[in-house]
Amino acid sequence: MEGDEIMTKATIEEKQYLVRFKADKESHLKITDQSICLENCPDKPCTYFCPGEVYKFEGNRIQVGYEGCHECGSCRIGCPQNNIEWKYPKGGHGVIFQLA
Amino acid sequence: MPEKFDVIVVGAGPAGTSCAYQCAKNGLKVLQIERGEYPGAKNVMGGVLYKQQLEEIIPEFWKEAPIERPIVEQRMWLLDEESAMTLGFKGRAWANEASYNNFTILRAKFDQWFARKAQELGVTLINETVVEECLVENGKVIGVRTDRPEGEVLADVVVLADGVNSLLAKQLGFHQDIEPAQVALTVMEVLKLPAETINERFNIEDGQGCTIEMFGDSTKGHLGTAFLYTNKESLNIGVGATLSSIVKEKIKPYELLEYVKNHPIVKPLIQGAEEAEYLAHLIPEGGYHAIPKLVGDGVIVAGDAAQLVNGIHREGSNMAMKSGSYAAEAILLAKQKGRFTEEVLAIYREKVYESFIGQDLKKYKDATETLENHPQYLKEYIPMMNRAARAFFTVDGTSKREKQKGIFNMFMERGKIRTVQDMYRAWKVMK
Repeated sequence: MEGDEIMTKATIEEKQYLVRFKADKESHLKITDQSICLENCPDKPCTYFCPGEVYKFEGNRIQVGYEGCHECGSCRIGCPQNNIEWKYPKGGHGVIFQLA
Repeated sequence: MPEKFDVIVVGAGPAGTSCAYQCAKNGLKVLQIERGEYPGAKNVMGGVLYKQQLEEIIPEFWKEAPIERPIVEQRMWLLDEESAMTLGFKGRAWANEASYNNFTILRAKFDQWFARKAQELGVTLINETVVEECLVENGKVIGVRTDRPEGEVLADVVVLADGVNSLLAKQLGFHQDIEPAQVALTVMEVLKLPAETINERFNIEDGQGCTIEMFGDSTKGHLGTAFLYTNKESLNIGVGATLSSIVKEKIKPYELLEYVKNHPIVKPLIQGAEEAEYLAHLIPEGGYHAIPKLVGDGVIVAGDAAQLVNGIHREGSNMAMKSGSYAAEAILLAKQKGRFTEEVLAIYREKVYESFIGQDLKKYKDATETLENHPQYLKEYIPMMNRAARAFFTVDGTSKREKQKGIFNMFMERGKIRTVQDMYRAWKVMK
């Protein structure tokens, strides 16, 4: 980047690194039916609107990086196929906001 | 046999704690259940807390609560790509204790403080516990099942203050699926900056704060807003847009945040600040039409779970607290009568709808939808207003009357009737 580029933490990885997560062993997010993502969902909007970039389309399936989930609920409401089983992580697990 | 309480409050945010506090203050046995490691661990807001509704619960709370800065100036920016039309209000009165209006707060700290105040009055708070469902018997909510072993607890009333997603209200069939146009996905960062630098850049003093709301290019013209708020030694900067527009326009929220941070009008204010935390949250923006069923036998819904947010005026935590207060009043009345039926608790619903909460949400009931369906307000008019202002204020030998004529023609280029319709529509949904 140029010398006058002031903001350093511009990538999602750098942003997520600022957040404390206590990941559960099991995912609280589940794709109900992977074939729907593959066959019926050309845009796969979860792969861009999720603020933690939890969803990645790799090797013909959606990979769910639940460990970096902010639990905002966007995917629950925004998945056009209603194909995400969404619940809260077990008590005490998941994101732990420390400031705001 | 599961333990029984008078009241179970699900969630330790502003609505839940407000209700728990006032129930305990009046002698009820209250259990408050929070899924985070501590109250606030899961909670996010831009940062503005209005004074009035909390002062009614805890007089002069600011003397002990972890507030950041009392706000003395509110600015509004209509942003174009390289310019801004600005409007604002700054008043000395807001800097005086007797007439504070609002404060910036950091929720992780603030929510813990508020919950502790409720605990001091006898509320039993259990953290790190998810309420998985309401226990229902003959159509009446009689308690909850948590994710703890033998995790059933009973109560006369269960208060659902479980936030915007309110899976529990959904379980009870109190609301349909929330639509992507009814929520704003908001991402935010806390940026550390020394107090002196903040004071200089925002033209304020210690113990004074400033808020900036940005419309237009801050969301690249999509329906939403960005904000920049001053804390004591940090700034909160965030941007949110309706989930529907984020999906439709294929926006990556964190990239939009970077866009705002690097906007030429914004950048000088945050230059050199260090990112300390990144947060995402949904804001209920469905307004009046999205309010779910608020009471049932043995159950009340409050705060974000009840979708009580006025997006136009960034009011949410105050409405949450007020709804929590009304919930407590209804529960106390029910206790007196010894009946916790929907019929008795319905007083809660009446109070919510009759108060400023219901009235303000009703006032703007069609605003979000209108702006969503008519993107020209943010996409076309804001850039036009910027061009008009620049043209009008630039001295270049053209007479003022000529300039006025040029600006008038610019607005009318869209078609006289269309422009007049747009103005009328805007007036109608905001009036």
